Amino acid sequence: MCFNALPRGPVVRTTARLARSRLMAGFRQLLRNTPEGLYCPPGDFHIDPVRPVTRAVITHGHSDHARFGHGAVLATPQTLAIMAARYGADFAGATEAAGYGQRVTRNAVDVTLVPAGHVLGSAQAVLRWKGVTAVISGDYKRRRDPTCPPFEPVPCNLFVSEATFGLPVFRFPDAADEVAKLLKSVTLFPDRTHLVGAYALGKAQRIIRLLREAGYGKTLYMHGAMDSMNALYQAHGIELGPLAPATDAAKNALPGEIVIAPPSAIADKWARRFADPIPAFASGWMMVRARARQRHVELPLVVSDHADWEELTGTFNQLQPEELWITHGTEEALLRWAALNDISATALEIAGYEDEDE
Amino acid sequence: MKAFARLLDQLAFTPSRNAKLTLLRDYLSHAPDPERGWALASLTGALSFDAAKPGFIRKAAEARLDPQLFALSHDFVGDLAETVALVWPAKAGANREPELPEVVDSLRSASRREVPQLLERWLDALDVTGRWALLKLLTGGLRVGVSARLAKQALAQLGDVPVSDIEEVWHSQAPPYGDLFAWLEKRSDRPRADAPGRFRPVMLAQAIDEATDFARYEPADYAAEWKWDGIRVQAAHEGGQRRLYSRTGEDIAAAFPDVIAALTFDGVIDGELLIFDNGHAAPFGDLQQRLNRKGADAELMARFPAGIRAYDLLMEGPEDLRALPFAMRRRRLEAFIARLGSDRIDLSPLQPFASWEELANLRAHPPKGDPEIAEGLMLKRWDSIYEPGRPKGPWFKWKRDPHLIDAVLMYAQRGHGKRSGFYSDYTFGVWREDANGDRALTPVGKAYFGFTDEELKRLDKFVRDNTVERFGPVRSVRADKDFGLVLEIAFEGLQRSTRHKSGVAMRFPRVSRIRWDKPVREADELPTLEKLLD
Repeated sequence: MCFNALPRGPVVRTTARLARSRLMAGFRQLLRNTPEGLYCPPGDFHIDPVRPVTRAVITHGHSDHARFGHGAVLATPQTLAIMAARYGADFAGATEAAGYGQRVTRNAVDVTLVPAGHVLGSAQAVLRWKGVTAVISGDYKRRRDPTCPPFEPVPCNLFVSEATFGLPVFRFPDAADEVAKLLKSVTLFPDRTHLVGAYALGKAQRIIRLLREAGYGKTLYMHGAMDSMNALYQAHGIELGPLAPATDAAKNALPGEIVIAPPSAIADKWARRFADPIPAFASGWMMVRARARQRHVELPLVVSDHADWEELTGTFNQLQPEELWITHGTEEALLRWAALNDISATALEIAGYEDEDE
Repeated sequence: MKAFARLLDQLAFTPSRNAKLTLLRDYLSHAPDPERGWALASLTGALSFDAAKPGFIRKAAEARLDPQLFALSHDFVGDLAETVALVWPAKAGANREPELPEVVDSLRSASRREVPQLLERWLDALDVTGRWALLKLLTGGLRVGVSARLAKQALAQLGDVPVSDIEEVWHSQAPPYGDLFAWLEKRSDRPRADAPGRFRPVMLAQAIDEATDFARYEPADYAAEWKWDGIRVQAAHEGGQRRLYSRTGEDIAAAFPDVIAALTFDGVIDGELLIFDNGHAAPFGDLQQRLNRKGADAELMARFPAGIRAYDLLMEGPEDLRALPFAMRRRRLEAFIARLGSDRIDLSPLQPFASWEELANLRAHPPKGDPEIAEGLMLKRWDSIYEPGRPKGPWFKWKRDPHLIDAVLMYAQRGHGKRSGFYSDYTFGVWREDANGDRALTPVGKAYFGFTDEELKRLDKFVRDNTVERFGPVRSVRADKDFGLVLEIAFEGLQRSTRHKSGVAMRFPRVSRIRWDKPVREADELPTLEKLLD
């Protein structure tokens, strides 16, 4: 499919194909897909492996990327702290912290972690080896996020991108407008509890910060599952303002208040204690009505920590890598886009990444 | 357009009636004239365009986005209008966003050839919610769960007046309803309501309380008639205007050209819309074939001929009879219908009775013929004037006892709104024998009310504790010959149905009792149910 975009004519095509296959062979020496996930043979380590391995580089703390039980883990100090908070201090045999921009050598491969703009501590893994630069983006976004530094574009030969929202239908609105929608609903329904489903790591804190930036100074009420990540973000200097547990509330509790809970809790037993709750959900999936309705969401808030279609394709245009690998998500449309834009691209199937509740 | 689009968007996600009212009221009190008037018209169905065909919208989108990318997007989203709204690329330097009145004005004056250009220009200028709302408006299907009745209630709340006041003037008003808003905002007097063929707010009956009402009221003060099982309508022919309204004032004339043709009188009657089978009332299921349609073709009208069984006479010529007592209106009605001599419009006969006991006996054992499929009886005070709303005392309805069966809970689904955390929608089944003579449960209906909050909690716990499988929001619940939960289901009638696997469809099913005590194997069988077919 990708060859269609290359120059026409049998001779030229053969040459181009040959050149490309050499290039690909070179990339495959540096990076390949294995059942455990992406593996770097010359450096002998995996990136975000989905099963326990000897040596792992972890891009960020979401549980499908950062798993328990590796021999040695290299990650940003924030990501290591997140893993320790989630799994306990003994989550790996050994850990090594690498701050953003700090170069670490693994055999002959240089590894640098640079900001990905996804959540606190999230990083792209930049691998340099024999003059080739490969960037594994992990999950990323290009928008402003008050809880982490912005994505840093790194010129590279090979770019490995996520594709969670890889369809032209995903063009996210400004997150501040979505939060304004929530606040408007709170004034309109002062007797009801607004129950906002938000992933406990990253999304919840971003929503809290956005609410604070919108001038909402009242106490925000938290499901117990939010506590450890909120504390960790606060310890990293991210001001969340007054928070209180929602869980010891009485029946028909907290009218007119905002409660933040894991997405799974908003339509469940747990939600019954609140006053005629309005279920809201902060997620990129809320862009599509059927998705919101399936989850019984009455106030969809399109706030995502992933890149939307414009951010994905904009990043590819900006980086112009010789080769693009697309992982987890809806890769078909991005492959089509790449073909239309003369960018050579391949889909990698890495099992085990989930982004339903992103 | 922004505020209107936002309103539609929120209404579409809001299941609760009260919350919808709040959203409508908030919008109507903030939006300027004439925007809110046009918004109201589009919500109540008074304004609709089918200006844009799906084929055109798709083509316009594919001219802006690679067709393969469009197809992938459409597959993912499902809905065409929504897909186009989502993928339509932003255009730098596009015009300012169009306002709703501008859209309405332009569409009304544009020729068919000009519409595509207009539409594309608007789509370029709107944001995603605006594009979605515009496409919904132009394809004629808002479908955000707002009935005309709900919109009128919002207006009533806005002006702090009874809904019947709104209904009285509604049909003399036209979009964008400037006079109506001026009155509701106390900037002018109530608009005149003397348009010929307008809707007159309907008088409704209270349910009788068997325990107390019979002791309180004298049988001699009341007339009794059968409560026919169709839909209550008001039919008007005044000043050349022929109208057929539902009891909430929705004009349903388009679906019943046969009834409209039969309105060869000058006046307004109140009655029951029924399908007539050689002068006899057909079951409600037949009428259902004709309801909620935009029109009716000759074949449908021949199979299911509709007519009216008259209860009351509100206007005779220019004379308003509503302030007369029922006894006098009734005499006038009898003469009116006799003069009319129509095979489409007949009289609902009075049922003479001497005592409440006699009436109770008639209700339990209706005479042969049409009364057998009536919903029950109506009691009307001989001296009652025709008063809009549901006053207590003048009119009572005394429905027949519902049918009851013992069914088995098979599936449960989570509810909406206040019940969103609870499994509150129940699919139940009865036993049937398969070809091998084995007994298996077959679903026969779905019920989602009839229980208290306390009972709901227990039911919900039962569902969670006995889930066998999950399919999205639905759980299947353990139900076999040794274990399960029996629900006593009350329902009003039963019809053959090809849509349901069991071949039957219930009217108005609800949970009447939860039989925690009853063994599952003793639940009813399908043949028992089939005996109840209308």
